[in-house]
Amino acid sequence: MGASGVSLSTTADSHPNLPTLSRDKASDVAIESIAAVGRRGDRCDIITGYPESLAMQPQTLYDKLWSSHLVREEGDGNALVYIDRHLVHEVTSPQAYEGLKLAGRKPWRVDSIVATADHNTPTKDWDKGIRDPISRIQVETLDANIRAYGAKAYFPFLDGRQGIVHVIGPEQGATLPGMTVVCGDSHTSTHGAFAALAFGIGTSEVEHVLATQCLNLKKAKRMLVRVEGQLGRGVTAKDVVLAIIGRIGTAGGTGYAIEFGGSAIRSLSMEGRMTLCNMAIEAGARAGMVAVDDTTIEYLRDRPFAPKGEQWDRAVAYWRTLVSDPGAQFDKVVEFDAAAIPPQVTWGTSPEMVDTVEARVPDPARIDDPVKRDSLERALKYMGLEANTPITEITIDKVFIGSCTNSRLEDLRAAAEVVKGRHIAANVKLAMVVPGSGLVKRAAEAEGLDRVFRDAGFEWREPGCSMCLAMNDDRLEPGERCASTSNRNFEGRQGAGGRTHLVSPAMAAAAAIAGHFVDVRRAF
Amino acid sequence: MEKFTILEGLVAPLDRPNVDTDAIIPKQFLKSIKRSGFGPNLFDAWRYLDSGEPGMDHTTRPINPAFVLNQPRYRGAQILLARENFGCGSSREHAPWALTDYGFRAIIGPSYADIFFNNSFKNGLLPVILPAGVVDKLFAHAHATPGYRLKIDLPQQKVFTPEGEAFPFHIDGFRKHNLLHGLDEIGLTLQHTDAIRTFEAKHRAAQPWLFA
Repeated sequence: MGASGVSLSTTADSHPNLPTLSRDKASDVAIESIAAVGRRGDRCDIITGYPESLAMQPQTLYDKLWSSHLVREEGDGNALVYIDRHLVHEVTSPQAYEGLKLAGRKPWRVDSIVATADHNTPTKDWDKGIRDPISRIQVETLDANIRAYGAKAYFPFLDGRQGIVHVIGPEQGATLPGMTVVCGDSHTSTHGAFAALAFGIGTSEVEHVLATQCLNLKKAKRMLVRVEGQLGRGVTAKDVVLAIIGRIGTAGGTGYAIEFGGSAIRSLSMEGRMTLCNMAIEAGARAGMVAVDDTTIEYLRDRPFAPKGEQWDRAVAYWRTLVSDPGAQFDKVVEFDAAAIPPQVTWGTSPEMVDTVEARVPDPARIDDPVKRDSLERALKYMGLEANTPITEITIDKVFIGSCTNSRLEDLRAAAEVVKGRHIAANVKLAMVVPGSGLVKRAAEAEGLDRVFRDAGFEWREPGCSMCLAMNDDRLEPGERCASTSNRNFEGRQGAGGRTHLVSPAMAAAAAIAGHFVDVRRAF
Repeated sequence: MEKFTILEGLVAPLDRPNVDTDAIIPKQFLKSIKRSGFGPNLFDAWRYLDSGEPGMDHTTRPINPAFVLNQPRYRGAQILLARENFGCGSSREHAPWALTDYGFRAIIGPSYADIFFNNSFKNGLLPVILPAGVVDKLFAHAHATPGYRLKIDLPQQKVFTPEGEAFPFHIDGFRKHNLLHGLDEIGLTLQHTDAIRTFEAKHRAAQPWLFA
């Protein structure tokens, strides 16, 4: 299994002195500022040099982010690491707040917290509220916890800026280069696109960060995934990251922090970089990241929580240092040729079960390892697929365009470009677009994208996580097959018995029109 | 957190790689705002023949007889034998909560996903890493021998088999200490309050925009 156009090198390698390129323009989403609440006062008076360790040997971006957040380090490598931004949502926080309360503790720094409700929220009939009583209690519990303890910002259900936590953080400028960013959600790796050290944590760690502003961590190994060259027309960051996962596997990044570099990465927009880093966790890496360049800085300019005036200039000067130094050492380097990556489609029940749209479903008879063969057979049975079927002959029942991977304005534009003037196929029961946030939704509507989708037979929904994980009413029925722009094709992920194929927004849109997978480069 | 010292328990073999946390505890059960009660829904989609929803009486649900944990010989198992990359995917701590609520105290496997591995230690659930070849052998024994039990000795960092073998395993010293004593990690970190405040002051001076 795996994508073509890939070479793998496992030896330590140095990072070349790469020039910074940029082709992206700042996002045109208009956002208003909101006031911080519950801010704690200053209470520190010892100012020393900072950070001490940066002047030594060449460092990777990860090395710099790590050393600039070290509170203390033990001889055995265990370290206490300071957390700058804590993103909070309704599913993984209630038990943490309860633990805090039971122990009689208070949050260390509430102005590090940005919160929203996204996993449980419905994507239609907002005037009727949250009808599922258990979901409603969870969202109300978040409301109550934020009310009781405070936050820098809270975008509750029904707020115009509410949305998927990994979409609204960057959109608000609440994710900044050089930060440590955590959230009780594995896709927190998304924020690494801003040269932040961002990773998902469990609920005990959510409580730990609330109480101490720190985490006990050990430094990860460093991997560079370098993608050089120009991506082909119709090939996106989603195809790149699926190709990477196909090659290194879902455990290939376990124990590593991945930096994505190379000319193909630098030419990606921030949206594309977020898609890439978002799925670092699907390669097993808790954190993925991209160095700062003009694209990063232009995206952040004038965002509500980004620094302003003299602070902005000072911040930008610091952010410019957030790149891997020439000659910095990585523990592992993996290289890809961008031009050789075709659109990707997953065929199985793990993101590593992926191939190009030109391929066929693999044949278990050709696998020697009994555990792998068994796993492949189980996946094909679950997916209802015959070995050797061309990917383009797989017909679909539903289409989901959304999720923290692919629900930003650029994603919706790419999908709209394909569906414009066309209509979804007769066999497609439901095609839905779920914008990543209220602001994405309004920006898309201002461009008329909602009309394009509606005219083509798509449903245009309210923002949220929706059918990426199907905690709300949006889900697949048993046996239904979906072209999805989300990040996980696990058994039951989009609904018990549902069958998920992960693709880019343009490929999902093309499948919606054709009724089966097609190569978007040729079909449209 | 419950202490972990020496566990001698029945082994249940879950013979598939890349078991993700969505499989360990499906999303519909994540709506709970509690830490307990997830055991009946551990591996829900594999364990039952119907589609599980919160609030259902699990004692009346149709059981999937083919699923390993439903076989009577594995009733009361406390050690889960697993394949590579166990616990991949979602960061949900509900996965170790469901495993411990069901009765597991330890997992033995060749590798784990990072977030799950980390979450397990916070809940007194010991994820033991043994070489793939050893794990293969343990799977063979567990399949062949009804009532197959193992002893996991954390102080000695060894897994003892009924065949008289002892397999050493590595564990980080800090994690071992916390498990042995059932320590509250937050309490330990708060002993470093002064260091955190000192760091915070430097950090604020260097990057004041992070505190704006």
